[in-house]
Amino acid sequence: MTSTTSIVTPRRPWVNRRDVFKELIPTLLIASALAAAIVNFTGLAGALGSYVAFVAAYLTVSFLFGMRHDKVKAVDKVMTTLVCAGFLTAFIPWVSILFTVFKRGASAIYWGYFTSDMSVTSGDDELNMGGLSHAIVGSGIILLIASLIAIPFGIITAVYITEIKGRFSGLVRIMIQSMSGVPSIVAGLFVFAILVSGRGFSALSGSVALSILMLPTVARTAEEVLKLVPEDIRTSAYALGATQTATTFRIVLPAARAGLVTASMLGMARVAGETAPLIMTSFYSANFSTDTSGHPLASLPMYIYQNFSNGTDLALSRAWGGAAVLLSMIFIIFTIARLSSGRAKG
Amino acid sequence: VGLPFTVPCEHYGVQTTAPEPRQITAVSRPLDKAFQGIVTTGALSAFVVLALIAGFLFLRSTEVFRLFGFDFITSSKWDAGSVEDGRAPQFGVAAMLLGSIIVSTMAMIFALPFVMGTSLFLEYYISRRIRFVLVSILDLMAAIPSIIYGLWGYLVLMPYASHWAASINKYLGWIPIFSVDRANFDASPFVASLVLCLMILPIASSVTREVYSRAPQDQITAAYALGASRWGAIRAVVLPFGLSGLVGGMLLGLGRALGETIAVLLTLNLVFAVKFQVLASAGGNVASLIASRFGEAGPLELKALMAAGLVLFVLTLLVNFGASIIVGRASRSTK
Repeated sequence: MTSTTSIVTPRRPWVNRRDVFKELIPTLLIASALAAAIVNFTGLAGALGSYVAFVAAYLTVSFLFGMRHDKVKAVDKVMTTLVCAGFLTAFIPWVSILFTVFKRGASAIYWGYFTSDMSVTSGDDELNMGGLSHAIVGSGIILLIASLIAIPFGIITAVYITEIKGRFSGLVRIMIQSMSGVPSIVAGLFVFAILVSGRGFSALSGSVALSILMLPTVARTAEEVLKLVPEDIRTSAYALGATQTATTFRIVLPAARAGLVTASMLGMARVAGETAPLIMTSFYSANFSTDTSGHPLASLPMYIYQNFSNGTDLALSRAWGGAAVLLSMIFIIFTIARLSSGRAKG
Repeated sequence: VGLPFTVPCEHYGVQTTAPEPRQITAVSRPLDKAFQGIVTTGALSAFVVLALIAGFLFLRSTEVFRLFGFDFITSSKWDAGSVEDGRAPQFGVAAMLLGSIIVSTMAMIFALPFVMGTSLFLEYYISRRIRFVLVSILDLMAAIPSIIYGLWGYLVLMPYASHWAASINKYLGWIPIFSVDRANFDASPFVASLVLCLMILPIASSVTREVYSRAPQDQITAAYALGASRWGAIRAVVLPFGLSGLVGGMLLGLGRALGETIAVLLTLNLVFAVKFQVLASAGGNVASLIASRFGEAGPLELKALMAAGLVLFVLTLLVNFGASIIVGRASRSTK
């Protein structure tokens, strides 16, 4: 016996695709005209003012268009506009941040910027002198040592929660959660109290402060990643007679390798721009140095902060230049994290 | 042949029962025991660090609490004293603590509509593929360092924000909190809270979106079947369902805002007086106080800063604790 099955394509009556020409475009046009009128005749001005006027006009027009059907439709249209406007408005400042940082930062950047330090240049010297090699190297050193401390502990914490599933799992998770809320300045104060006071600023103490802030991010991401490793392969390993140690080190962790890289990178991105704890731990020096103890060491955030505090136009340009370099660095770290996690999925 | 279950063998005149199940006891090998010990010790590091932070800050600040007692919390005078004038030092964080709370609360109020808009938009108004891209961008925004927010807030946002503040003051100045003594609107709590609002947006929206995405799909479909519009379905199902997620996400943001140092330091004019005029160029913030006074502090003032740090630590710990309980409950109830 044969039977034919026809598959009904699900319809979504609440999606109005035909509205694009009949409603969306007219709404856009009328709202633009209305917004132009508002900008002309009221105090609103400039790009932001036009935006506000446009949103207000769009709200009104879409409400009126909706009222041609019924009140439900009108309210739906107004809320859709509000939700979209809420999202778009939230993005405007970020676009402005990225734009400003790279536009103003570009004026400070020249080839020597990456190869010289500020030891013979002051903040208000012309922009073709001095650079931030010392800050890049300093940031790198501080970040590297912080990672060396935080990543192992973060992964161990995640292993404890997912592999050993010990008595304290709940407690450990709560502690990690609380630790992620520790204000960076408090971490700085703490490290100042145990490592810096009486001994002086050092890169090492900066790293310890950053590792405190980095640990929770690494631990939580690593926990998520280890949870994705299927339970079957653990059980299979045990069934083959593997010890828990061997299962963890030779099966689970290698399986989650890419995800663990992501966790580490996210941790680094989280702390690369921390300034407050560095004010009281590694501080700032204008000289190129790779010394990790006994002396203050420059870092990108502190370079920005110093130049900002200086306040002159040239120093501010330097601050923007530092911000552009720092932001690029963070974006690169972030992209590595994303690429790595993308590979883990595929 | 031993079968693992009882076979009715009466027909054959034979009585068989399944063998007693063997008790399997796993004895951890010494290597595993060592491994478990090491990992457990490592995992408790978070606990140790938190305890050390609380302990050290408390230890360093006992003298301040002994000297000033409860005045440290209720007084707003911050004076290192001077030997020549014979002024006794006096430290109190009331203005700063109140300032922190005012600025963070305002940031929350500003952020609320945008958090709701962003999370609803990402979850219910766009396709899955665009959502993935936008969520990645949102994560990236969360990684912008606070010093850059501060820099942008001071140099780019401040001129606009002062202008807005002046307009608010012009039209709503009769409300006490919008009044000002002098017409200076720079570096006010208003500006600082706008910057903070931006900073807490990514974290608060990602938590909220997470909970919104777990809203029961069958109820949403049912709402559509009953003729609800998209907004109708969201209002009837998603918003009540996601309320605890929203509250938890906002509280997490509040925790971040309370502890934020450098962005507030750059955009807020610290003044040691209890004030509620949010548009005036004077405000307080515990974290910024610590960063700003740290450089020139003498031994006693340093201890007072440690005490301020302890107050901040306890406050953020409480807020975060509340937030994680609420978020935990919100996500557990749906699994």
